[in-house]
Amino acid sequence: MAGENPTTTEYIQHHLTNLTYGKLPAGYERYDGTVLEADTWTMAHGSAEASAMGFNAFHVDSLAWSFGLGVIFCALFALVAKSVTSGVPGRLQNFVEIIVEFIDNNVKDMFHGRNPLVAPLALTIFVWVFLMNLMDLVPVDVVPSLMMALGVEYHKIVPSTDPNITLGMAVAVFILMLYYSIKIKGLGGFVKELTMHPFNHWLFIPVNLFMELVGLLAKPFSLGLRLFGNMYAGEMIFILIAVMYSAGLFFGLFGGFLQLGWAIFHILVITLQAFIFMVLTVVYLSMAHEDH
Amino acid sequence: MNLNYTLIGQIIFFAVFVLFCMKYVWPPIMAAMQEREKKISDGLAAADRASKDLELAQQKADEELKEAKTKAADLIEQANKRASQIVDEAKETAKTEGDRLLNAAQAEIEQEKNRVREELRAEVSAVALAGAEKILGAEIDASKHSALLDQLASEI
Repeated sequence: MAGENPTTTEYIQHHLTNLTYGKLPAGYERYDGTVLEADTWTMAHGSAEASAMGFNAFHVDSLAWSFGLGVIFCALFALVAKSVTSGVPGRLQNFVEIIVEFIDNNVKDMFHGRNPLVAPLALTIFVWVFLMNLMDLVPVDVVPSLMMALGVEYHKIVPSTDPNITLGMAVAVFILMLYYSIKIKGLGGFVKELTMHPFNHWLFIPVNLFMELVGLLAKPFSLGLRLFGNMYAGEMIFILIAVMYSAGLFFGLFGGFLQLGWAIFHILVITLQAFIFMVLTVVYLSMAHEDH
Repeated sequence: MNLNYTLIGQIIFFAVFVLFCMKYVWPPIMAAMQEREKKISDGLAAADRASKDLELAQQKADEELKEAKTKAADLIEQANKRASQIVDEAKETAKTEGDRLLNAAQAEIEQEKNRVREELRAEVSAVALAGAEKILGAEIDASKHSALLDQLASEI
Protein backbone atom coordinates (compact mmCIF):
# COMPACT_ATOMS: atom_id res chain seq x y z
CA MET A 1 0.00 0.00 0.00
CA ALA A 2 2.95 2.28 0.66
CA GLY A 3 3.74 4.66 -2.15
CA GLU A 4 0.39 4.43 -3.94
CA ASN A 5 -2.57 6.69 -3.38
CA PRO A 6 -5.06 4.55 -1.50
CA THR A 7 -8.80 4.83 -1.99
CA THR A 8 -10.87 6.04 0.93
CA THR A 9 -11.94 2.52 1.80
CA GLU A 10 -8.41 1.27 1.71
CA TYR A 11 -7.25 4.19 3.79
CA ILE A 12 -9.83 3.51 6.48
CA GLN A 13 -9.19 -0.21 6.44
CA HIS A 14 -5.50 0.40 6.70
CA HIS A 15 -6.03 2.51 9.77
CA LEU A 16 -8.19 -0.14 11.36
CA THR A 17 -5.82 -3.04 10.86
CA ASN A 18 -3.56 -4.10 13.66
CA LEU A 19 0.02 -5.10 13.21
CA THR A 20 -0.50 -8.83 13.62
CA TYR A 21 1.99 -11.58 14.25
CA GLY A 22 0.48 -15.04 14.13
CA LYS A 23 0.39 -18.56 12.81
CA LEU A 24 -0.87 -19.16 9.31
CA PRO A 25 -2.12 -22.69 8.70
CA ALA A 26 -0.52 -25.00 6.17
CA GLY A 27 -1.93 -24.69 2.66
CA TYR A 28 -2.82 -21.01 3.05
CA GLU A 29 -2.25 -18.91 -0.03
CA ARG A 30 -0.47 -15.74 1.02
CA TYR A 31 -0.91 -12.24 -0.40
CA ASP A 32 1.90 -12.74 -2.90
CA GLY A 33 0.52 -16.01 -4.17
CA THR A 34 2.89 -18.37 -2.33
CA VAL A 35 1.25 -21.35 -0.72
CA LEU A 36 2.47 -22.35 2.71
CA GLU A 37 3.68 -25.90 3.10
CA ALA A 38 3.57 -25.96 6.88
CA ASP A 39 2.15 -23.90 9.73
CA THR A 40 4.11 -20.69 9.82
CA TRP A 41 4.46 -17.91 12.42
CA THR A 42 4.75 -14.68 10.50
CA MET A 43 3.62 -11.05 10.26
CA ALA A 44 0.23 -10.75 8.62
CA HIS A 45 -0.13 -8.76 5.41
CA GLY A 46 -3.60 -7.32 5.38
CA SER A 47 -6.70 -8.10 7.33
CA ALA A 48 -7.50 -11.24 5.36
CA GLU A 49 -4.33 -12.92 6.56
CA ALA A 50 -4.88 -11.60 10.06
CA SER A 51 -8.32 -13.16 10.26
CA ALA A 52 -7.00 -16.39 8.77
CA MET A 53 -4.68 -16.61 11.77
CA GLY A 54 -7.67 -16.89 14.05
CA PHE A 55 -6.85 -17.05 17.72
CA ASN A 56 -3.18 -17.88 17.12
CA ALA A 57 -2.08 -14.29 16.74
CA PHE A 58 -0.77 -11.31 18.63
CA HIS A 59 -1.59 -7.71 17.94
CA VAL A 60 1.96 -6.52 18.31
CA ASP A 61 1.09 -2.82 18.19
CA SER A 62 -1.68 -3.04 20.79
CA LEU A 63 0.45 -5.10 23.13
CA ALA A 64 3.49 -2.90 22.70
CA TRP A 65 1.63 0.36 23.27
CA SER A 66 -0.37 -1.08 26.12
CA PHE A 67 2.77 -2.41 27.79
CA GLY A 68 4.73 0.75 27.10
CA LEU A 69 2.02 2.98 28.55
CA GLY A 70 1.72 0.71 31.56
CA VAL A 71 5.46 0.98 32.06
CA ILE A 72 5.22 4.76 31.81
CA PHE A 73 2.51 4.74 34.45
CA CYS A 74 4.47 2.46 36.77
CA ALA A 75 7.74 4.30 36.25
CA LEU A 76 6.20 7.70 36.89
CA PHE A 77 4.35 6.63 39.99
CA ALA A 78 7.17 4.49 41.30
CA LEU A 79 9.54 7.41 40.85
CA VAL A 80 7.30 9.50 43.05
CA ALA A 81 6.72 6.66 45.49
CA LYS A 82 10.46 6.18 45.88
CA SER A 83 11.19 9.77 46.86
CA VAL A 84 7.83 10.47 48.47
CA THR A 85 7.91 12.86 51.37
CA SER A 86 5.34 13.72 53.97
CA GLY A 87 6.73 17.24 54.04
CA VAL A 88 6.16 19.80 51.34
CA PRO A 89 5.62 17.83 48.12
CA GLY A 90 7.23 18.76 44.82
CA ARG A 91 5.26 19.41 41.66
CA LEU A 92 5.34 15.84 40.40
CA GLN A 93 4.45 14.43 43.79
CA ASN A 94 1.62 16.92 44.06
CA PHE A 95 0.27 15.82 40.71
CA VAL A 96 0.51 12.14 41.61
CA GLU A 97 -1.03 12.75 45.00
CA ILE A 98 -4.02 14.51 43.45
CA ILE A 99 -4.71 11.42 41.35
CA VAL A 100 -4.09 9.02 44.23
CA GLU A 101 -6.35 10.99 46.53
CA PHE A 102 -9.05 11.20 43.88
CA ILE A 103 -8.96 7.41 43.42
CA ASP A 104 -8.79 6.81 47.15
CA ASN A 105 -11.86 8.96 47.79
CA ASN A 106 -13.81 7.25 45.05
CA VAL A 107 -12.87 3.79 46.28
CA LYS A 108 -13.74 4.72 49.86
CA ASP A 109 -17.16 5.91 48.70
CA MET A 110 -17.97 2.79 46.73
CA PHE A 111 -16.09 -0.04 48.36
CA HIS A 112 -16.78 -0.69 52.01
CA GLY A 113 -14.90 -3.90 52.59
CA ARG A 114 -11.27 -4.16 53.54
CA ASN A 115 -9.16 -5.22 50.62
CA PRO A 116 -5.72 -3.76 49.93
CA LEU A 117 -5.98 -4.76 46.28
CA VAL A 118 -8.94 -2.62 45.26
CA ALA A 119 -7.49 0.87 45.52
CA PRO A 120 -4.22 0.13 43.68
CA LEU A 121 -6.26 -1.78 41.11
CA ALA A 122 -8.50 1.23 40.60
CA LEU A 123 -5.48 3.52 40.32
CA THR A 124 -3.82 1.28 37.76
CA ILE A 125 -6.99 0.98 35.70
CA PHE A 126 -7.73 4.68 35.76
CA VAL A 127 -4.29 5.91 34.80
CA TRP A 128 -3.47 3.11 32.41
CA VAL A 129 -6.77 3.26 30.55
CA PHE A 130 -6.51 7.04 30.47
CA LEU A 131 -3.05 6.83 28.91
CA MET A 132 -4.23 4.27 26.37
CA ASN A 133 -7.20 6.45 25.49
CA LEU A 134 -4.94 9.48 25.33
CA MET A 135 -3.22 7.96 22.29
CA ASP A 136 -6.48 8.73 20.50
CA LEU A 137 -5.58 12.41 20.54
CA VAL A 138 -2.42 11.87 18.55
CA PRO A 139 -3.35 12.74 14.95
CA VAL A 140 -4.29 9.49 13.25
CA ASP A 141 -1.70 9.63 10.49
CA VAL A 142 1.39 10.61 12.45
CA VAL A 143 2.55 7.34 13.96
CA PRO A 144 1.30 5.06 11.14
CA SER A 145 3.14 7.09 8.49
CA LEU A 146 6.22 7.21 10.68
CA MET A 147 6.10 3.46 11.10
CA MET A 148 5.42 3.08 7.39
CA ALA A 149 8.64 4.97 6.73
CA LEU A 150 10.38 2.52 9.05
CA GLY A 151 8.91 -0.35 7.08
CA VAL A 152 6.14 -1.39 9.43
CA GLU A 153 3.04 -1.75 7.36
CA TYR A 154 0.23 -1.49 9.89
CA HIS A 155 0.09 0.34 13.13
CA LYS A 156 -2.74 1.18 15.51
CA ILE A 157 -1.54 3.24 18.41
CA VAL A 158 -4.70 3.30 20.53
CA PRO A 159 -4.74 0.02 22.44
CA SER A 160 -8.22 0.67 23.80
CA THR A 161 -9.65 0.53 20.26
CA ASP A 162 -8.61 -3.11 20.24
CA PRO A 163 -11.32 -5.34 21.77
CA ASN A 164 -8.61 -7.75 22.88
CA ILE A 165 -7.17 -5.14 25.17
CA THR A 166 -10.42 -3.91 26.70
CA LEU A 167 -11.91 -7.38 27.01
CA GLY A 168 -8.60 -8.62 28.40
CA MET A 169 -8.87 -6.17 31.25
CA ALA A 170 -12.57 -6.91 31.66
CA VAL A 171 -11.82 -10.62 31.88
CA ALA A 172 -9.13 -9.95 34.47
CA VAL A 173 -11.70 -7.99 36.48
CA PHE A 174 -14.17 -10.83 35.99
CA ILE A 175 -11.66 -13.34 37.35
CA LEU A 176 -11.18 -11.13 40.40
CA MET A 177 -14.96 -10.90 40.81
CA LEU A 178 -15.33 -14.68 40.76
CA TYR A 179 -12.35 -15.11 43.09
CA TYR A 180 -13.66 -12.71 45.71
CA SER A 181 -17.25 -13.92 45.37
CA ILE A 182 -16.13 -17.41 46.24
CA LYS A 183 -13.62 -16.26 48.85
CA ILE A 184 -16.07 -14.05 50.74
CA LYS A 185 -19.35 -15.91 50.32
CA GLY A 186 -17.95 -19.39 50.03
CA LEU A 187 -18.65 -21.60 47.06
CA GLY A 188 -22.04 -22.51 48.54
CA GLY A 189 -22.97 -18.91 49.13
CA PHE A 190 -21.99 -17.96 45.61
CA VAL A 191 -23.95 -20.82 44.07
CA LYS A 192 -26.89 -19.93 46.26
CA GLU A 193 -26.72 -16.35 45.07
CA LEU A 194 -26.81 -17.59 41.48
CA THR A 195 -29.67 -20.04 41.99
CA MET A 196 -31.92 -18.63 44.71
CA HIS A 197 -32.21 -15.04 43.46
CA PRO A 198 -34.43 -13.30 42.61
CA PHE A 199 -37.07 -16.03 43.22
CA ASN A 200 -36.34 -17.87 46.42
CA HIS A 201 -37.94 -21.22 45.55
CA TRP A 202 -36.37 -24.43 44.33
CA LEU A 203 -38.80 -24.60 41.40
CA PHE A 204 -37.29 -21.42 40.01
CA ILE A 205 -33.69 -22.59 40.15
CA PRO A 206 -33.29 -22.88 36.34
CA VAL A 207 -34.88 -19.49 35.77
CA ASN A 208 -32.77 -17.90 38.48
CA LEU A 209 -29.62 -19.53 37.23
CA PHE A 210 -30.25 -18.32 33.70
CA MET A 211 -31.00 -14.78 34.76
CA GLU A 212 -28.11 -14.53 37.20
CA LEU A 213 -25.63 -16.05 34.77
CA VAL A 214 -26.66 -13.64 32.06
CA GLY A 215 -26.33 -10.80 34.53
CA LEU A 216 -22.95 -12.05 35.70
CA LEU A 217 -21.55 -12.51 32.21
CA ALA A 218 -22.97 -9.22 31.03
CA LYS A 219 -20.76 -7.39 33.51
CA PRO A 220 -17.35 -8.09 31.98
CA PHE A 221 -18.71 -7.90 28.45
CA SER A 222 -20.38 -4.55 28.96
CA LEU A 223 -17.30 -3.34 30.79
CA GLY A 224 -14.93 -4.25 27.98
CA LEU A 225 -17.18 -3.44 25.07
CA ARG A 226 -18.22 -0.05 26.43
CA LEU A 227 -14.63 1.16 26.48
CA PHE A 228 -13.89 -0.46 23.14
CA GLY A 229 -17.02 0.94 21.51
CA ASN A 230 -16.44 4.48 22.70
CA MET A 231 -12.81 4.53 21.72
CA TYR A 232 -13.39 2.77 18.42
CA ALA A 233 -16.12 5.21 17.48
CA GLY A 234 -13.97 8.16 18.47
CA GLU A 235 -11.04 6.83 16.47
CA MET A 236 -13.34 6.19 13.52
CA ILE A 237 -14.50 9.78 13.51
CA PHE A 238 -10.89 10.99 13.63
CA ILE A 239 -10.14 8.77 10.62
CA LEU A 240 -13.18 10.05 8.74
CA ILE A 241 -12.15 13.62 9.46
CA ALA A 242 -8.65 12.78 8.26
CA VAL A 243 -10.17 11.54 4.98
CA MET A 244 -11.42 15.08 4.35
CA TYR A 245 -7.85 16.36 4.12
CA SER A 246 -7.50 14.79 0.69
CA ALA A 247 -10.68 16.47 -0.59
CA GLY A 248 -9.34 19.91 -1.43
CA LEU A 249 -8.47 23.08 0.45
CA PHE A 250 -11.98 23.92 1.64
CA PHE A 251 -12.72 20.49 3.03
CA GLY A 252 -9.21 20.29 4.39
CA LEU A 253 -9.63 23.47 6.43
CA PHE A 254 -13.10 22.41 7.50
CA GLY A 255 -11.67 19.06 8.54
CA GLY A 256 -8.99 20.83 10.55
CA PHE A 257 -11.61 22.68 12.56
CA LEU A 258 -13.62 19.50 12.99
CA GLN A 259 -10.59 17.63 14.18
CA LEU A 260 -9.74 20.32 16.69
CA GLY A 261 -13.31 20.38 17.98
CA TRP A 262 -13.59 16.63 18.18
CA ALA A 263 -10.22 16.35 19.88
CA ILE A 264 -11.24 18.88 22.53
CA PHE A 265 -14.48 17.04 23.08
CA HIS A 266 -12.60 13.78 23.12
CA ILE A 267 -10.47 14.89 26.08
CA LEU A 268 -13.69 14.64 28.05
CA VAL A 269 -14.60 11.28 26.56
CA ILE A 270 -11.27 9.59 27.22
CA THR A 271 -11.20 10.77 30.83
CA LEU A 272 -14.79 9.81 31.35
CA GLN A 273 -14.33 6.35 29.86
CA ALA A 274 -11.27 5.70 32.01
CA PHE A 275 -13.22 6.86 35.03
CA ILE A 276 -16.25 4.71 34.16
CA PHE A 277 -14.08 1.64 33.69
CA MET A 278 -12.51 2.23 37.08
CA VAL A 279 -15.79 2.94 38.85
CA LEU A 280 -17.52 -0.11 37.42
CA THR A 281 -14.58 -2.31 38.37
CA VAL A 282 -14.77 -1.07 41.94
CA VAL A 283 -18.55 -1.46 42.00
CA TYR A 284 -18.40 -5.02 40.65
CA LEU A 285 -15.74 -5.97 43.19
CA SER A 286 -17.77 -4.33 45.90
CA MET A 287 -20.77 -6.45 44.87
CA ALA A 288 -18.57 -9.52 44.96
CA HIS A 289 -17.61 -8.65 48.53
CA GLU A 290 -21.19 -8.22 49.72
CA ASP A 291 -22.26 -11.11 51.88
CA HIS A 292 -26.01 -11.59 52.07
CA MET B 1 -13.15 -8.16 15.60
CA ASN B 2 -10.38 -10.70 15.96
CA LEU B 3 -10.01 -12.09 19.42
CA ASN B 4 -6.62 -13.69 19.87
CA TYR B 5 -3.68 -14.12 22.19
CA THR B 6 -3.56 -10.36 22.63
CA LEU B 7 -6.36 -10.78 25.14
CA ILE B 8 -4.32 -13.17 27.25
CA GLY B 9 -1.25 -10.97 26.93
CA GLN B 10 -3.25 -8.03 28.16
CA ILE B 11 -4.50 -10.04 31.17
CA ILE B 12 -0.88 -10.81 32.06
CA PHE B 13 0.21 -7.18 31.65
CA PHE B 14 -2.76 -6.11 33.71
CA ALA B 15 -1.85 -8.47 36.54
CA VAL B 16 1.78 -7.36 36.45
CA PHE B 17 0.97 -3.66 36.57
CA VAL B 18 -1.68 -4.04 39.25
CA LEU B 19 0.67 -6.10 41.43
CA PHE B 20 3.47 -3.60 40.88
CA CYS B 21 1.20 -0.73 41.79
CA MET B 22 -0.10 -2.56 44.84
CA LYS B 23 3.39 -3.36 46.06
CA TYR B 24 5.58 -0.42 45.18
CA VAL B 25 3.34 2.54 44.35
CA TRP B 26 0.24 2.68 46.49
CA PRO B 27 1.56 1.95 50.00
CA PRO B 28 4.41 4.51 50.16
CA ILE B 29 2.35 7.30 48.61
CA MET B 30 -0.61 6.55 50.84
CA ALA B 31 1.62 6.34 53.92
CA ALA B 32 3.20 9.69 53.11
CA MET B 33 -0.18 11.29 52.58
CA GLN B 34 -1.55 9.91 55.82
CA GLU B 35 1.57 11.01 57.66
CA ARG B 36 1.19 14.51 56.27
CA GLU B 37 -2.47 14.51 57.24
CA LYS B 38 -1.47 13.56 60.77
CA LYS B 39 1.25 16.18 60.82
CA ILE B 40 -1.19 18.85 59.73
CA SER B 41 -3.83 17.83 62.24
CA ASP B 42 -1.18 17.71 64.96
CA GLY B 43 0.04 21.13 63.91
CA LEU B 44 -3.48 22.52 64.01
CA ALA B 45 -4.07 21.02 67.43
CA ALA B 46 -0.77 22.47 68.64
CA ALA B 47 -1.72 25.86 67.25
CA ASP B 48 -5.06 25.63 69.04
CA ARG B 49 -3.32 24.70 72.25
CA ALA B 50 -0.81 27.49 71.83
CA SER B 51 -3.49 30.09 71.27
CA LYS B 52 -5.34 28.81 74.33
CA ASP B 53 -2.10 28.98 76.30
CA LEU B 54 -1.52 32.47 75.03
CA GLU B 55 -4.98 33.50 76.14
CA LEU B 56 -4.38 32.00 79.56
CA ALA B 57 -1.02 33.72 79.84
CA GLN B 58 -2.59 37.00 78.79
CA GLN B 59 -5.23 36.55 81.44
CA LYS B 60 -2.63 35.74 84.05
CA ALA B 61 -0.54 38.70 83.03
CA ASP B 62 -3.58 40.95 83.25
CA GLU B 63 -4.36 39.64 86.69
CA GLU B 64 -0.81 40.08 87.85
CA LEU B 65 -0.69 43.56 86.43
CA LYS B 66 -3.89 44.46 88.25
CA GLU B 67 -2.53 42.99 91.46
CA ALA B 68 0.69 44.89 91.07
CA LYS B 69 -1.23 48.08 90.47
CA THR B 70 -3.32 47.66 93.61
CA LYS B 71 -0.16 46.77 95.52
CA ALA B 72 1.55 49.86 94.24
CA ALA B 73 -1.46 51.99 95.11
CA ASP B 74 -1.47 50.48 98.61
CA LEU B 75 2.20 51.17 99.00
CA ILE B 76 1.79 54.76 97.89
CA GLU B 77 -1.11 55.23 100.26
CA GLN B 78 0.89 53.69 103.06
CA ALA B 79 3.84 55.87 102.27
CA ASN B 80 1.63 58.95 102.21
CA LYS B 81 0.17 57.97 105.52
CA ARG B 82 3.58 57.34 106.95
CA ALA B 83 4.82 60.62 105.62
CA SER B 84 1.97 62.57 107.17
CA GLN B 85 2.49 60.61 110.34
CA ILE B 86 6.14 61.55 110.35
CA VAL B 87 5.26 65.15 109.71
CA ASP B 88 2.73 65.03 112.53
CA GLU B 89 5.25 63.41 114.81
CA ALA B 90 7.82 66.01 113.89
CA LYS B 91 5.31 68.74 114.55
CA GLU B 92 4.51 67.17 117.87
CA THR B 93 8.15 66.89 118.93
CA ALA B 94 8.82 70.39 117.74
CA LYS B 95 5.91 71.64 119.77
CA THR B 96 6.90 69.77 122.91
CA GLU B 97 10.47 70.85 122.44
CA GLY B 98 9.34 74.41 121.99
CA ASP B 99 7.17 74.16 125.08
CA ARG B 100 9.99 72.66 127.02
CA LEU B 101 12.36 75.38 125.93
CA LEU B 102 9.74 77.99 126.71
CA ASN B 103 9.15 76.50 130.14
CA ALA B 104 12.87 76.33 130.82
CA ALA B 105 13.27 79.94 129.78
CA GLN B 106 10.34 80.95 131.88
CA ALA B 107 11.77 79.04 134.84
CA GLU B 108 15.07 80.69 134.35
CA ILE B 109 13.44 84.06 134.14
CA GLU B 110 11.54 83.27 137.31
CA GLN B 111 14.68 82.15 138.98
CA GLU B 112 16.50 85.30 137.88
CA LYS B 113 13.60 87.38 139.04
CA ASN B 114 13.70 85.71 142.43
CA ARG B 115 17.42 86.14 142.65
CA VAL B 116 17.20 89.78 141.71
CA ARG B 117 14.37 90.19 144.14
CA GLU B 118 16.50 88.60 146.87
CA GLU B 119 19.37 90.82 146.01
CA LEU B 120 17.14 93.82 145.93
CA ARG B 121 15.63 92.79 149.23
CA ALA B 122 19.11 92.49 150.73
CA GLU B 123 20.11 95.77 149.33
CA VAL B 124 16.89 97.40 150.41
CA SER B 125 17.33 96.06 153.90
CA ALA B 126 20.87 97.42 153.88
CA VAL B 127 19.65 100.75 152.57
CA ALA B 128 16.83 100.73 155.09
CA LEU B 129 19.26 99.92 157.82
CA ALA B 130 21.57 102.68 156.77
CA GLY B 131 18.64 105.05 156.55
CA ALA B 132 17.35 104.07 159.94
CA GLU B 133 20.82 104.45 161.37
CA LYS B 134 21.03 107.87 160.01
CA ILE B 135 17.63 108.74 161.24
CA LEU B 136 18.10 107.36 164.70
CA GLY B 137 21.70 108.50 164.91
CA ALA B 138 22.54 105.48 166.67
CA GLU B 139 24.05 102.43 165.73
CA ILE B 140 21.84 99.59 165.22
CA ASP B 141 23.39 96.42 165.97
CA ALA B 142 22.87 94.48 162.89
CA SER B 143 23.11 91.24 164.66
CA LYS B 144 20.63 92.33 167.30
CA HIS B 145 18.16 93.50 164.91
CA SER B 146 18.69 91.06 162.25
CA ALA B 147 15.36 89.40 162.88
CA LEU B 148 13.64 92.66 162.48
CA LEU B 149 15.61 93.41 159.42
CA ASP B 150 14.84 90.10 157.85
CA GLN B 151 11.17 90.61 158.50
CA LEU B 152 11.39 93.97 156.93
CA ALA B 153 13.26 92.71 153.96
CA SER B 154 10.77 89.93 153.34
CA GLU B 155 7.94 92.44 153.48
CA ILE B 156 9.43 94.51 150.73
